[in-house]
Amino acid sequence: MPDAALSSLPITAFEDVAALSARRSARWRPGLAAVQGPALHNEVFGLSREAAGVGVALALALDDWRHVPRECGCEAEDRRSVLWVQTREAARLGGRPCRAGLPADLQGRVIHVLAEKVEDALFALEEGLRCRDLAFVIGEIPGNAKALDFTASRRLTLASERHGVPLFLVRLDAARDLSSARMRWEATSAPSAPPRWNAQAPGDPAWRAELFRARSHAPGEWVLEEGGKTLRADKASSETDRAVANWAAGLQHRRAPRRA
Amino acid sequence: MSALLPDAARPRRILSIWMPAMAMDRWRLGGSGERRALDDKPLVLIADTAHGPRIEAANRSGMAAGACRGMMLADARTLCPDIATAPSDPAGDLAFLEKLAIWAQRWGPWSAMDAPDSLLVDVTAVPHLFGGEGRLLADVAETFARRELTLRCAIAPTAGAAWALSHYGPPGAILAAQDDAEARLADLPVAALRLDDDVLTVLRRLGLKRLGELATIGRDAIQRRFRNRKSPAANPLIRLDQILGRVPEPLLPVVPQHMPLVQRRLMEPIRHRQLLDQVVGDLAGDMARELEARGEGARRLELGMWRVDGEVVVRRLEMAAATREAAHICRLFAARLDDVDAGFGIEMLRLRASWAEPLALEQGDIEAAAETHGTSLAACIDRLTVRLGREAVTRPVPFASHIPERAQRWQPPLEPEPTSQGELAFHRRPLKLLDNPERIAVLYATPDGYPRRFRWRGEVHEVARVEGPERIAPEWWRERGGTRLRDYYRIEDDRGRRYWIYRLGIVGDGRGGAPDWYLQGLCA
Repeated sequence: MPDAALSSLPITAFEDVAALSARRSARWRPGLAAVQGPALHNEVFGLSREAAGVGVALALALDDWRHVPRECGCEAEDRRSVLWVQTREAARLGGRPCRAGLPADLQGRVIHVLAEKVEDALFALEEGLRCRDLAFVIGEIPGNAKALDFTASRRLTLASERHGVPLFLVRLDAARDLSSARMRWEATSAPSAPPRWNAQAPGDPAWRAELFRARSHAPGEWVLEEGGKTLRADKASSETDRAVANWAAGLQHRRAPRRA
Repeated sequence: MSALLPDAARPRRILSIWMPAMAMDRWRLGGSGERRALDDKPLVLIADTAHGPRIEAANRSGMAAGACRGMMLADARTLCPDIATAPSDPAGDLAFLEKLAIWAQRWGPWSAMDAPDSLLVDVTAVPHLFGGEGRLLADVAETFARRELTLRCAIAPTAGAAWALSHYGPPGAILAAQDDAEARLADLPVAALRLDDDVLTVLRRLGLKRLGELATIGRDAIQRRFRNRKSPAANPLIRLDQILGRVPEPLLPVVPQHMPLVQRRLMEPIRHRQLLDQVVGDLAGDMARELEARGEGARRLELGMWRVDGEVVVRRLEMAAATREAAHICRLFAARLDDVDAGFGIEMLRLRASWAEPLALEQGDIEAAAETHGTSLAACIDRLTVRLGREAVTRPVPFASHIPERAQRWQPPLEPEPTSQGELAFHRRPLKLLDNPERIAVLYATPDGYPRRFRWRGEVHEVARVEGPERIAPEWWRERGGTRLRDYYRIEDDRGRRYWIYRLGIVGDGRGGAPDWYLQGLCA
């Protein structure tokens, strides 16, 4: 059965476990938002030495934003702003957004919030999620802060699902702690494809992204590449396919935690 | 055609009121009985200047004694040794004139100040309410006499003509629309044109003393003489045209404005936060009604809290967009009231909208709608600004500069974006810029080879691919002469991490030793 047909069915339509597991095996792929709607609460783990975490978060957010079907009452062009929340520590480690380097769709629409503490950043994220005039919210929080516990992430999930504003929270240099995020990614940079005219130059950005925990998708690992206005995903290895087979059968594929 | 030009069918009527002794009258009325007693003797109002006290105004007996406006007090003392003095108050005079201008709207819907001591009132289509223009002038004279203010007034079709007649014409002059204005005004002195003193001197030296004489030497001659004077007060021809109504003369009307203000006096001083929130909520509701009645929304609010022991605590709030939602105002103030020290209790609260903007009426229950549909962007930004501060919520905007860290500025999020030149498509910029470029140790082929390997934050990166250099020269119009150029490289290391680094200077540029390398940006 093709993935699209399965994932378009509502969850409650399935009664038997086999069908349920078949539905859960629906793999994530770019452009899925056209069928399922946008992924609402996402976490991307990345290192502060590289911009891969933010890059993947932006790529996923833009991919959802482009594929979500527009309701007939809406304006033809979505001109809503984007809220980008950083703690001061995150800005010091990874820098602030540079307008000229943002994707063309986002230039001139970013509203930047610089929070002193993690508590302030969480407040700003929640306020952003409650605002109907925002396309999505991006947050950058370094480390495993005490304020960002399971309760805080649950608050964010509820706010996001209530008002339908997607959240992409980038966790810099953090361990995989408890969270209620619906999709959790781990992102690192990957060598880019050589550009057409100068093979010696860095090409379009590419990342190795691992979806290690998701509510309605099987985990997997992809090499994401953003070229022009589309997001391409190639399967990273065959190992993950095996993991998916087990996962769909109800077995969790366990792997050694990368960090403490 | 006449329907299109109501002005032509029914010309404007302007009433000019001149109070020749306004400062003196105001001084006399401002105090108790002894001021009136002093007024019979020679008296002058003085202002301090760099050369000693100078006379600003003199009363009738002072003028008879020889004092006049603009004279130094020492000179007047030699003429009349027992002259009395009092300080003049120009700011108070201006405020008095402003109040008088609003008061003078009893004779017409629209009035303007003509500092320092005149008023202009538009009485078009009004005189019949007073029984004609003559009776209107009589009413003005009677009302001012009751207030013990000396005045001269006149009515004419233009502001310039009314001013000229009130200052230099016969008392109570009326210039009707069908009169030949040029002939009526021909006998007035050229000073009636409201010209600067140096222009009056020029005219006097030319032998032109009356308005009628300006026409005798021909318009071309005057035009040639004053061809460089563009300001009306320096060019007699423009003033003459204004008097005769050939050129429009814009006037700035006085419009009274009231700041929306609500307050609560409390029977029992409050000391607890819960009660304070209740009162602030009531005030916000009052303010919302007040603003709604005026069709406005508040941009800036000031909450003053008067404490029993004589202290006043003030909290200011500025909104990103005009609002009059009581719940929103309450919520914003709630965040600012945490550090209020109530002391022995707060006995009065006052909420003032010191900056209000027009805001159209719209449907109600916005707060209920926000609960289901989410808040608007302006409300969201207000809440963020109140908790995090003004500087924390910003939007990046481009700025005309080649230096990357200077090419971007941060401004409040809802302000309009300044115009700017588009970025060139082949200049690739990184996704994020570090606040301060970080120095890195780079292995490269001197003087200007590609970087091979570098160390940043304690880790070594092997460079796999390079693009560059993009050379950015220092901006000589902003920076000192010794600033070095920058060669930017986009690089990717062996693990695919992409950075934006630059070499500051080049060997042999005579601006320092071996060039340093910096890492400035992180590419996606």
